[in-house]
Amino acid sequence: MTGTVNLWALAKRTAFYLLVLAIIVESVFPFYYAILTSFKAGTALFEVNYWPTMIAWDNYIAVFRNGSFPQNLMNSVIVAACTVALSLLFAVTAAYALSRVRFRGRSILLLTILSVSMFPQIAVLAGLFEVIRAFGLFNTLWGLIFSYTIFTLPFTVWVLTTFMRDLPIEIEEAAIVDGAKPWTIITRVFMPLMWPALVTTGLLAFIAAWNEFLFALTFTSSNSTRTVPVAIALLSGASQFEIPWGTIMAASVIVTVPLVVLVLIFQRKIISGLTAGGVKG
Amino acid sequence: MTTESTAPVIGTLVHPHAPIRSELFVSRTRAAMLFLLPMIVALIVVAGWPLYRTIYFSFTDASLNNLAGAHFVGFRNYLSWVTLKSGKTFYSGVLADPQWWNAVWNTVRFSVLSVLCETVLGMIVALVLNADFPGRGLVRAAILIPWAIPTIVSAKMWGWMLNDQFGIINDLFLRLHLIDHKIAWTATADTAMTAVLVVDIWKTTPFMALLILAGLQMIPKDIYEATEIDGVHPLKTFFFVTLPLVRPALMVAVIFRLLDALRIFDLIYVLTPNSAQTKTMSVAARENLIDFDKFAYGSAESTLLFVLIAIITIVYIWAGRVNLEGGDR
Repeated sequence: MTGTVNLWALAKRTAFYLLVLAIIVESVFPFYYAILTSFKAGTALFEVNYWPTMIAWDNYIAVFRNGSFPQNLMNSVIVAACTVALSLLFAVTAAYALSRVRFRGRSILLLTILSVSMFPQIAVLAGLFEVIRAFGLFNTLWGLIFSYTIFTLPFTVWVLTTFMRDLPIEIEEAAIVDGAKPWTIITRVFMPLMWPALVTTGLLAFIAAWNEFLFALTFTSSNSTRTVPVAIALLSGASQFEIPWGTIMAASVIVTVPLVVLVLIFQRKIISGLTAGGVKG
Repeated sequence: MTTESTAPVIGTLVHPHAPIRSELFVSRTRAAMLFLLPMIVALIVVAGWPLYRTIYFSFTDASLNNLAGAHFVGFRNYLSWVTLKSGKTFYSGVLADPQWWNAVWNTVRFSVLSVLCETVLGMIVALVLNADFPGRGLVRAAILIPWAIPTIVSAKMWGWMLNDQFGIINDLFLRLHLIDHKIAWTATADTAMTAVLVVDIWKTTPFMALLILAGLQMIPKDIYEATEIDGVHPLKTFFFVTLPLVRPALMVAVIFRLLDALRIFDLIYVLTPNSAQTKTMSVAARENLIDFDKFAYGSAESTLLFVLIAIITIVYIWAGRVNLEGGDR
């Protein structure tokens, strides 16, 4: 009797671990295969292998020799970093006002911010195109930084507001009694407590800006101002019919590795940020 | 929505303890307005005004290189008709455009199928992650990888794997005798949508799983102990205990993904360019706006997509009774 029970338990355990294995393989395999492909050269590229067969750096060298790629990489770093800095600056001050001060119209404002995060990007594309051209920002990195706040700002404001709201009242009361002005309260009292939330929202905003495609494709028109996603999408070979899969995979690995490393290091923070952004708005 | 905040909010005059002088209240309110200003200005410039202009352009004859000289033309971009002497009526405009309705159908089909699959798969992954087993951290790390990979990169990676001649998917399926000849997954009319769905589901299931997991972790463990003692079948436990309790978190995740899926652009633009079988509303609108120089027409399409998403959002906020009070009820 106990024998069959044990067998049944063993079968269940095996099935469970097979499922776990399937999830891991399914998640990791495409990226693994991209890495494997990026290290192939010549005709080896067109043979299907499941395990690494060679390590050749040809594709990586080709990517960096391909004139604009280092520039594109730099552009992506600048755009993503500036977008994060700008959104955090605006969001911290706004979140303080939204979470700590009661004023008329606050719920309408929160509703508006929430609805902006639901905007389809395409709905503002035509209007933003006009605004960006009017400001002379077309085909500049500033145009991208400026337009990216449409999706980073609502999210950062929302998450930081919920975070600040849950901070205890006493810390602020003490500062008010000491006669601290609101700006001092934000920089001296709240900022030191908010580092975890700032890191989380900053990371999520960075990833969103780093990955953005539609605006980057539409608001830039030359190789020197393009960001990496657009550069990869437009990478072409010597002829129209010859797609340079090797260099595309190498470029893909280069832009993805930093993200994957960041995400794995800050796993817990990112998961809490994602669920806060999701569950709370 | 489901947030419960017990933290009191200060700055309110009505707050019972700590008699706050009204002078302080005024200065706080003034500072608050000043702090809100940059964000409000930014949102007006990048969201409010552009949205208004897109809607405005949809009622004009604007073209890409002559935005300033646009004239008001009423609903002509949406629908107009001429009746010939013979009695035949010709319709034109977005609402009479079969290509637009094809894009609408593609978008709806894509959104419903992808969200449905993601919900089921996300639930399975979340249930696995909610169990206690050695190596759980490893699984959680692994599922974050598809989420972290830029959409364009995942489109290219899968484009290579699904390649008709050299792709590993064809090789694998041939070895397993699932297919008897190589298939051009992204280029064939019958399989293009499947290819897009597979890549999207692969990329976004982790997000779904993490949101559902957050909901699962809020369910008290003793409920499960009780069902175990009572000898309830695990499937029954899932459908009558877990599912109802996780429903709020599940609904939020579903609506988030649905709104996201309805506006999909980048994956389709890169994985299956120029395919009538996968062209969605966003792709069609951008094509008219920028590539075909039918700026006003594209604006009308963008406006229609916005209206669709706005209706769904409003219904959701109304039905879900979202807490907009910022927490202090």
